[in-house]
Amino acid sequence: MEQFSDSNHNHDKKPDRKEKKSLTSKFRGNLKYQKYLFVYTCLLLPIIFYLGIRILPTLFTFNVGFRDWNLLSTDIQPFVGFENYVTLFKDEVFIKSIFNTLIYIVLGVSGQLLFGIVVALLLHKINRFVGFFRVIYFIPYVTSIVAISWVFQWILMGNGIINDVLINLGLPPQPFLNSPDQAIYVIIGAMIWQSIGFQMILFLAGLENIPEMLYEAANIDGASSWQKFWHVTLPLLNPTIVFSAVIGTITFIQVSFTQVVNMSMDGSGGPLDSTISVVVYIYQLAFRQFDMGLASAATVILFLFILALTIFQMKVLTKKFDY
Amino acid sequence: MKFRKLLPYLLLILGSVIMLFPFVWMVSTSLKAPMDIFNLSIIPENPTLGNYLQILEESMFVRWFINSFIVAVITTISVLFFDTLVGYIIAKFKFVGRTVIFVLILSTLMVPTEMLIIPWFMMSSDLGWTDTYWAVLFPGLMTGFGVFLMRQFMEKIPDDLLNAARIDGMNEYVIFFKIAVPQVWPAISALGIFTFLSNWNAFLWPLIAIESPSLRTLPVGLSFFSSGEAESQWHLIMTGATISVIPIILVFILLQRHIIKGITLTGMK
Repeated sequence: MEQFSDSNHNHDKKPDRKEKKSLTSKFRGNLKYQKYLFVYTCLLLPIIFYLGIRILPTLFTFNVGFRDWNLLSTDIQPFVGFENYVTLFKDEVFIKSIFNTLIYIVLGVSGQLLFGIVVALLLHKINRFVGFFRVIYFIPYVTSIVAISWVFQWILMGNGIINDVLINLGLPPQPFLNSPDQAIYVIIGAMIWQSIGFQMILFLAGLENIPEMLYEAANIDGASSWQKFWHVTLPLLNPTIVFSAVIGTITFIQVSFTQVVNMSMDGSGGPLDSTISVVVYIYQLAFRQFDMGLASAATVILFLFILALTIFQMKVLTKKFDY
Repeated sequence: MKFRKLLPYLLLILGSVIMLFPFVWMVSTSLKAPMDIFNLSIIPENPTLGNYLQILEESMFVRWFINSFIVAVITTISVLFFDTLVGYIIAKFKFVGRTVIFVLILSTLMVPTEMLIIPWFMMSSDLGWTDTYWAVLFPGLMTGFGVFLMRQFMEKIPDDLLNAARIDGMNEYVIFFKIAVPQVWPAISALGIFTFLSNWNAFLWPLIAIESPSLRTLPVGLSFFSSGEAESQWHLIMTGATISVIPIILVFILLQRHIIKGITLTGMK
């Protein structure tokens, strides 16, 4: 309404330049003020959130890691320097948990990449039921890890169905999760099983982005299908592989907790700590022994570990290909 | 020649059996009477719903289901609202502190959740939040990933479109909801689906934040149920697993096009 009367007013008077200018600058100034008001009111809560719930707690963890901080014992938390870190590296179980985490990541991530690529290539080859197979392979990814872990325990039990099949085939029954030698590989198998679908989707998208032209050119050159895969498909999937490896690693570190707690026989990385991962170790320290100092130091090490691994993957896996 | 064409199908079918068998066996066991569970037929000879009735009467699965739903829905709404808004502001406005704020938010992506659970735990026990929905919710209300994702998509909206709306006298809030949000709707729905899924299935933080059984989320409840009150009663454990898995599979099959598109969209950008 106000605007309307304003413009009417202008028309009548045929205003000179000065007046027109002041009007538009007033309009602009008002707009600018409105914009700033909008920006800062909307950012207020997010800034409080990211500072209070992400940034400061991160710094706080570094601080706790340098202190003798047990929730059960004292009210004072003396600064002890690197003592927690020294204690950790002297602890065999911690070393074991780091080593296991590496096994989880190396075998688990390469396994899920491998199967993801294979399934995607197979799906790329066929032209019927693609949607149907895609749904089936993806189902495990959306389901709860806790539920699935218990299902695997049930299937792989001493007198479970897999051992029954093995016996019927005349093979010796296996201890699976009860064996310190086999348990970790069984858990990795379950992790791979659950994440094939996710990798498959990423690789399918990657495959669809490869121009058909390149394959035609390779055909003219008389390339075999293996050569085409090795020299065209794989190099062009490289960005997807890097992305998948990084995402896979980060999720694996988290998943390793849920899966190990729900699949290992004692619920805390057994038998004989053979399946313990760093996150399970941290959980035990912080929420069973309430030793927040040691646990925080361990999370700092985990943080550096992930950081180093991500940088390593980016460097090693990223190669430039020119076409 | 014919075999070469059929081979991919055969391999895919074999793989499908491996993907589906655990679910089939889970449902099958849940429908068997306790004394029949070691009878290894896939189709139960005397199917019964007794396990389901027992679980619904004697344990808190319904309660846990509702808890998970409440937590996942509130978190998803909050993430969608704030991440989209912040992504939009960082992409489309120039203001003092923009780079600092964006870098600050991105830097939180580098920090694994595991590093934050200890301060979060101390924080919620000092502030008396332990054992409330809020304790489970608060760490996930906004995500760095979502902000990053939404910024990518918001950047593609032409400035002229927004300026035209401003000249028409729309206020900034209306422009955000009526002009910007519809432009990036596919990204928002993808972010929504993934936020919901990851909160629905979350385990580590809900395990720490909640003490009383009645406030547990479904994964935490199932984990305690399976290792505690139902220990070694596999017919009950499989029934609990079925209750927590089947609804999400049904929802997935309904929404599968969106979900698969969502991964491609958010993963490949």
